Amino acid sequence: MEASATGVRGGRSALERSPLSRLPDQVMQWGLSALAALILILLAYFFIRLIGQSGNVFSKYGLSFVFGNDWDVSRNIYHGAALVVGTLITSAIALIIGVPVAVATALFINELCPRRLRGPFALLVDLLAAVPSVVYGLWGVFVLCPKLLPAEKWFAKTFSFIPFVGGGTPTLYNYFIAGLILAIMILPIVSAIAREVISTVPAEHKEAALALGATRWEMIRIAVLPYSRSGITGGAMLGLGRALGETIAVVLVIGNAPVIGSHLFSQGYTLAAVIANEFGEATGIHTSALFAAGLVLFVLTLIVNIIARGFVARGTRGARGTGGTGIGLAASGGEI
Amino acid sequence: MIPPETKREERVGMSTAGGRSEQTGISPDVTARSAHDVAGRGVRVQDLNAYYGSFHSIKGIDIDFPPNRVTALIGPSGSGKSTVIRCINRMHEEIPGARAEGSVMLDELDVYGRGVDITSVRRLIGMVFQKPNPFPTMSVFDNVAAGLRLTGARRDDLRERVHSALRAVGLWDEVKDRLNGPGVGLSGGQQQRLCIARTVAVEPEVILMDEPCSALDPVATLKIEELIDELKERYTIAIVTHNMQQAARVADTTAFMLDGELIEHAPTNDVFTNPRDERTERYVTGKFG
Amino acid sequence: MTASAVPPVSARRRRTDKLMRGLLTAAAVIALVPLVLVVYYLLYRGLGSWSGQFFTSDPNGNFLGYPGGIRSALVGTLEIVALATLIAVPIGVGVALYLTEYGKQSPFANLVRYFVDVMTGVPSIVFGLFIYIVLVLAHVGGGFTAWKGSIALSLLMLPVVVRASEVVLLLVPASLREAALALGAPRWRVVTRVVLPTARSGLLTGSLLAVARGMGETAPLLFTTAGAFGLTFSLGAQMNALPIQIYQDIQSPRAQVIDRAWGAALALVVLVLIFNVIARAFSRRSRMT
Repeated sequence: MEASATGVRGGRSALERSPLSRLPDQVMQWGLSALAALILILLAYFFIRLIGQSGNVFSKYGLSFVFGNDWDVSRNIYHGAALVVGTLITSAIALIIGVPVAVATALFINELCPRRLRGPFALLVDLLAAVPSVVYGLWGVFVLCPKLLPAEKWFAKTFSFIPFVGGGTPTLYNYFIAGLILAIMILPIVSAIAREVISTVPAEHKEAALALGATRWEMIRIAVLPYSRSGITGGAMLGLGRALGETIAVVLVIGNAPVIGSHLFSQGYTLAAVIANEFGEATGIHTSALFAAGLVLFVLTLIVNIIARGFVARGTRGARGTGGTGIGLAASGGEI
Repeated sequence: MIPPETKREERVGMSTAGGRSEQTGISPDVTARSAHDVAGRGVRVQDLNAYYGSFHSIKGIDIDFPPNRVTALIGPSGSGKSTVIRCINRMHEEIPGARAEGSVMLDELDVYGRGVDITSVRRLIGMVFQKPNPFPTMSVFDNVAAGLRLTGARRDDLRERVHSALRAVGLWDEVKDRLNGPGVGLSGGQQQRLCIARTVAVEPEVILMDEPCSALDPVATLKIEELIDELKERYTIAIVTHNMQQAARVADTTAFMLDGELIEHAPTNDVFTNPRDERTERYVTGKFG
Repeated sequence: MTASAVPPVSARRRRTDKLMRGLLTAAAVIALVPLVLVVYYLLYRGLGSWSGQFFTSDPNGNFLGYPGGIRSALVGTLEIVALATLIAVPIGVGVALYLTEYGKQSPFANLVRYFVDVMTGVPSIVFGLFIYIVLVLAHVGGGFTAWKGSIALSLLMLPVVVRASEVVLLLVPASLREAALALGAPRWRVVTRVVLPTARSGLLTGSLLAVARGMGETAPLLFTTAGAFGLTFSLGAQMNALPIQIYQDIQSPRAQVIDRAWGAALALVVLVLIFNVIARAFSRRSRMT
């Protein structure tokens, strides 16, 4: 045996492993790290390529691609203000309708609903997220648009004195319908995050409010809402991010007119819709313009998401690390 | 029960078998050594300092764990006794932000030496935890075999090794008909003995026990204590306990720790009946802790 | 204010409480109205077009007569999503393993976490554009092909898989990792033999939810697989998919084609629901252990 030859130094070898047997460990560690790095590299690469593809549009139009209001495919002119405005209007409508309902739903499920019904009710709200956007589009085109048109006409006439809301003649497809469908689509996301944030409100706060003689609503107003305000804001922002980028449901019900509509019930266009609708026939600078629209959309959603993450992180700080991950899941449309 | 001598031989034979295989990581000199030296290996801790982030948890202690003896570590919660034994098999550094300095020698093997592979350290120094933690996805058999399989040892005698490990912890008669049943289906005391069998099956030199009975009822505790008494024939054992009666029952020597320092280490009888340090006396007489 | 010892809740406060509770309840009911309406119309308009022929024929493009069914779309969706799952799940679980087992709270791991979150917010159409630029424009392996659609969908599913997997991997008790490490197991074996099997059903849940998410997406497919009427099993060709066919059918002037869109939409929702239900079943199981 070589034991005597290696002597005391050889003794150490009992605790050593051959470099070969360490290999799987290193392969695994570096392989997984590389995989994680791959995500960052891919995102950066995509971003750079998108900039590259839309470069000639920006060098030709500069900022007037975003601020100029003249999108005319027949004259090959691409100023996309109507798209940006349409995107913002529909998303704003979605927030105005969707967020209050979503937060109220979350409050109902967490604070008012009988415990037995809580699970099933939450499940039903989550199911709204399971409906694919093309199905919402189908339903919007053949059910919502025709059925709501008379109501919209009545509304526009009755409230004609309110600028933007009333006065005009509603068209079958319009900003409002698109915003309404977006509101339905963001509702489960906002509601899921709001519920998660509300559930982190410490029971002591709520009990303290109740012990002071507060009614149920006063308890919500005093203890729950202030505590969860920033988390709910973040949830709403994530909903906004979703609304800004939603494509298929919107392209089917917005009318696809590249103009800035004069009122709530007029036709319009959004950044995402223009890409989906015109991509098939686009060539040359038109294609670049659509890429540029995609770039603007990407940057817009990126900014909104980054702000939203900040709010949500602040809102669930008390709830330890897992809060953030759950929200990542909820925001990605996964429903558990 | 098989007489200890027989088991000893059996074990030596196995070590030799392990020496032939590179995968086990046990090099020939170790085998050669244990073949002629019947005594197990002792552990000598010198000037050990351990930290959790900036918190200085163990403050330069020296302590010997003599071979084939049971050494108990007692002391109030937070005194650092668990940290000390977690430093011996380098489990301490698994905690993010935790680190240790000093020397831990397994006979002449430096556990913290340069080029030392942590997995080999842990194969020679096994550990039993506070709460029984059998692998929930594995059967009784697979749990005991886990140590052998997880360390990559390819063995033809896997079955015999598992069976003899289960016999060694006195679990064989209770589980021989449900070897393929889930490990988590056993009672708490059985689970803990299963975890000891899992450790024994790897044939370590030293077994560290971190409050192994704190989650068990008195009957199960008694069984484990009897088992510890048998195991010391073959292994060097360090046991952390908050139960002073337990230390008095199982340990040959007992060390009292307080605030990361070793106050006293002496034969168990002396520590409990005639402590040298006033703080030890106050602790063992129940005046604090 | 009354000056009695126990001031009763004033009528005004009681009214406000009642009113607000009523409003919250009403809002919650309103939230369910769209779900009820969508389900109602899907069944009402969709069920009528379901027939044996509907599931066994492809769209034929004829101007008269039966316009064909959804066979190619159904098969295409399953193929495209299957490949996307094969891409997204291993990568997603791998990244999650990196985050929980290696990166933990390191700056790089947090950066990865952050960008995975950012990915969840990127509109699906933008992923479609990415893949169009990188793979279709560059003519990698042909123009529009099904596998490029799978890659676009996998980008969408990836963050869902990563986040869901990270959550369930963190639920694997640290004591199991410690038990395996203390036996001397190298980390990669701890991960593959202990951590992954223990988290199995949770990982499956996350993957199934990602499948459900990817299945209904239309926009990324428009730029990558285009869509073709015929049935094909070749992922290297243009391929039909349910969302694409529904999108195209909606824009048709023919009532029969519109009916097909409703039938296809019902089929798509049922498919998505099936995956959701299976995912929930598994998540319930993983919560029980």
